[in-house]
Order: sequence, then C-alpha cells, then structure tokens
Amino acid sequence: MKLGLAIDLDTCVGCHACATACKQWNTSGTIGPLTDTRPYGKDPNGAWLNRIRTFEVGVSPDSKTVNMPLSCMHCDDAACVTVCPTGASYKRSEDGIVLIDQSRCMGCNLCAWACPYGARELDPGSGTMKKCTLCVDRIYDQQLPESERQPACVITCPTQSRVFGDFDDPESDVSKLQRERDGQPLMPELGYNPVNTYLPPRESAPRPQGGSVLGTVKKIVNRIIHR
Amino acid sequence: MHPAFSVLIFTVTAGAGYGLLGWLSANEVFGFWLLSVPTKLVIGVIAMVLISIGLVASTQHLANPKNAWRSFSRWRSSWLSREAVLAIMLYPIAALYAAAIYFTWSSIILWAGLCLLLSLAIVFVTAMIYASLKTIRQWHHPLVPTLYLLFATISGGLAWAWLLAWNGVDISALANVLAVLVAFTALLKLGYFICFKVPGTIDIQSATGFSNQKVSILDAGHSAPSFLNNEFMYDVAQTKLVRMRWMMMLATFAVPLCTLCWVPDANTLFGAFVVMMAGLLAERWLFFAEARHVVRLLHGQQRV
Repeated sequence: MKLGLAIDLDTCVGCHACATACKQWNTSGTIGPLTDTRPYGKDPNGAWLNRIRTFEVGVSPDSKTVNMPLSCMHCDDAACVTVCPTGASYKRSEDGIVLIDQSRCMGCNLCAWACPYGARELDPGSGTMKKCTLCVDRIYDQQLPESERQPACVITCPTQSRVFGDFDDPESDVSKLQRERDGQPLMPELGYNPVNTYLPPRESAPRPQGGSVLGTVKKIVNRIIHR
Repeated sequence: MHPAFSVLIFTVTAGAGYGLLGWLSANEVFGFWLLSVPTKLVIGVIAMVLISIGLVASTQHLANPKNAWRSFSRWRSSWLSREAVLAIMLYPIAALYAAAIYFTWSSIILWAGLCLLLSLAIVFVTAMIYASLKTIRQWHHPLVPTLYLLFATISGGLAWAWLLAWNGVDISALANVLAVLVAFTALLKLGYFICFKVPGTIDIQSATGFSNQKVSILDAGHSAPSFLNNEFMYDVAQTKLVRMRWMMMLATFAVPLCTLCWVPDANTLFGAFVVMMAGLLAERWLFFAEARHVVRLLHGQQRV
C-alpha cells in the first residue's frame, strides 16, 4: 500500500479547517501533545502538522487565488528518514506512512532541514520533531465506523478538497483523481518522489468581455447604485 | 538558515582540534620534526581539549539531548550518526596513541596513523551532514567538504606552528607550507562565493506545481513566527553579509598569511591563531546565514 492524499487546488477555499482539525486530533493522538508557547500572548508559536499557504497564480486580472495546504508528502524516497541519526524517523513498509518515534528523537533538526516541504516542526515543549501521521491512530481504528477511518483533515474538509487513499491501487479514488486531473507532485526534481498529489485548478470559463447585453445592464445598474 | 551558536562553536573549535591532532599524528607517521615526549603529550592534550569543547557545544543544540546516545545507531545511512560514532571512537584510539608516546611503544605508528585517518574522516563526515542536503544548494556542493577539511588543516596547522615555535623548533619550512595552504583555501572560499552568485534552478513554479505561470505569495498562512520561519527564513541585511565577508576574509586569511610570511614566531602565531578562529566563526556564521533552503519558495521567494 502507498497511502497518501490527493489535494484539490480547484476547490480548496483556504479555510484552515484541515489544519485546525489536524491539530485538535493529533494533540491528543499518538505523537501528542502539539505544544504551543504563549498561545494567547503577543508572539504565539507552536507545532502544526499542516499549514495552508495562499498564492496568486497568473497575471491579474486573469489570475487565480490558489490555497495550498502543505503537510507531509510521505515521500517514497524520504530524505528525512535517511538523515535521521537515531532511527526515530522511519517509513512503514506496509503502507508507506512516514512516522517519528517520539521516544527516540533527540531533536537535532536535521530531518527538518532535509525536508523540502516544511512538513516537520520541532515541538517547543517536548523538544522532539513532529509531523503528519496521516492519522495512523484513526485510519486503522476498528472501533470507528468505516466511513470515519480517514485522516481528521479529510473528514473535516467542507469542500471535500482532500481525498485519502491508496496510490498503489489503480482503482482507488486518489489514483483516479491523479490520472484524470493530472495531479502534480511538488519539487519533483529533488528526487524524493512525494506521494501526495496536487490537482491543479480546472480551466475557468473565459471572463465576459464588455459589449454583452448583460454587461451593459450591469454597468447601468452599478452607475445608478453609485449615485 | 538560522545559525545556531553552539553549532558554530562546535565545527570551528573541534575542527581546529582535529586539525592539530592530524598534524601531530602526521608528524609521528612521517617524522618531519623530532619532538620530546612531554611536548607531544601537551600538544595532544590541547587538541583533545579543543575537540571536547566542540563536542560538548554540539550537544547544546539538541532539543532533547537525553536521546543523544541513540545517534550511534544509524551509521549505515546517516552522516550525523557516522560523525557521532567516529567522534567517540577517536577517544580510545587517542588514549592508546598517548600511551604509545609515553611508554614509547613500537606500535606508535599504527595509533598515530589511525588518529590521522580518524581526524580527517570526522571533519569530512561533519561536512557531509551539510553537503548531503539537496534542499540547500549552498551546502550541497563538493566545495563544502573540501573547505571543511582545509579549514581544519590551516587552523590546526596554525596552532601546530605556534606550539612548535613555542618549543623552540625551527618552523620556517612549516610557515611556508602553511602560507601556501592558507592562500589556497582563500582562493577556494572566493570560488565558493562566486559559485553562488548565479541564481539557483529551483523556483516557486516547481514548488507549487504551476509551471510556466507567474506565482506569488498572498498569505503565508500564519500571523506569528513559527519553527519554519525561525529556522529557514533567517534573513540579515545584505550590507551586514558583505561586512561579515570582508571581516571573515581579513581574519581567516589575510592576518594569518601576513604573520606566516613575515613574523612567524611563537607570540605572533598564537595571536594569528586566535584571529583565525574568530574569522572562522564568522565564516561558519556566513555558511548558515547565506544558505537558502527550498522551503523559502513556499513562503514566497521566487527562486533559491
């Protein structure tokens, strides 16, 4: 198995719900707590496993706002695992999830330096490295109904922009999405073979040009409202 | 990259220590200068003190040092683990070398040879921790391990020249060799700066998957600094970088070179060694401060 996420950049609205749900689940999960320093102070800081960046793609006025959630890509050739001196970082052979054994990490930061995606953050409380677990403590939990055996970020996403599945199975939802929507890996030239895939925005309809009847009506209405 | 002071102290101090031990053991193997037993022991102890100060400093940047002992386990894959293993392995070998000096064992060449090889290997392995990271182009370069080895050689060599002169040994030939090495290292360091004047090849388009489109950041997604910002977005004014470069070139190369060429006696060489160590601290600070990690692309930098 090669578990990972397909993230739809077309529908992501940048609400940060996935980041919050991730923090909420994982702070009491297997790698928790995710410590915050000065959470209500002037200069809060803390470990997050998922962060959302917002980009403008293209040239205005034909540009598009793209929200890009970034978490661990669970790379096939994970440099963070290779560089780890203590063996705390490891990649599971059965499902490809990259994890950190909190009881072995010495907090040297080298894995965070090796990761091109900023997916690893040092916990200021425990002094150990934290990262996305793909909610390994949810997805195999037999106590949960099957529909809920998914990462917290995927369940919470209001626009269903995050899809979880097995990239080794060509018939899984994520594999189909990757094929049909031409899913892109990030920074493939580094050779780490990231598993997570980013589905580019669909081609949008051309912007209406001036001269249409509707456009003229809108212009008149706008002018009236302005007065 | 954020320059952690403990790492700067570690690489500079331990580097000089490994260099000094390298010179001492190379002299044992090749027999350039005949030194008395106490002289050799004092030089060896000074080298080991420098190395130990460095290693203690290096543990200070660990956020969870109680697990540091586990770093001996992954030497097959991790350069940091290899460094830990070799650095600890040096202690018993150095102790055997010291015993061989004191008791004048016939196996002294073997222990000195091992000390020489280990010193070189440790400096190389330390440099490879940085040079193996494809995410930082200023580090992922063959000049990085080359320069680390040369810096250890010249800083340890300056200490070696000072200690020999202090013991009344004629060092005119050594001063010439060191002068050539310092000048060569200075040229390579200049070459390193020139190498990274050209912009890198990984750009924000690749980082976001939008090839052939203009991409710019609107919002980095957090309102306060984070671990990622502190670690990877370290920025200082360009004028400060340029000033540091000049100070570094002066202290690391120009001052020691003048001393070696014109007034190589015990006092001036000690002064030159101290100045070079300060210069090397600036060099190591620049090594971090000028390194650009690819995460910066995801924070809006166009190219690294």
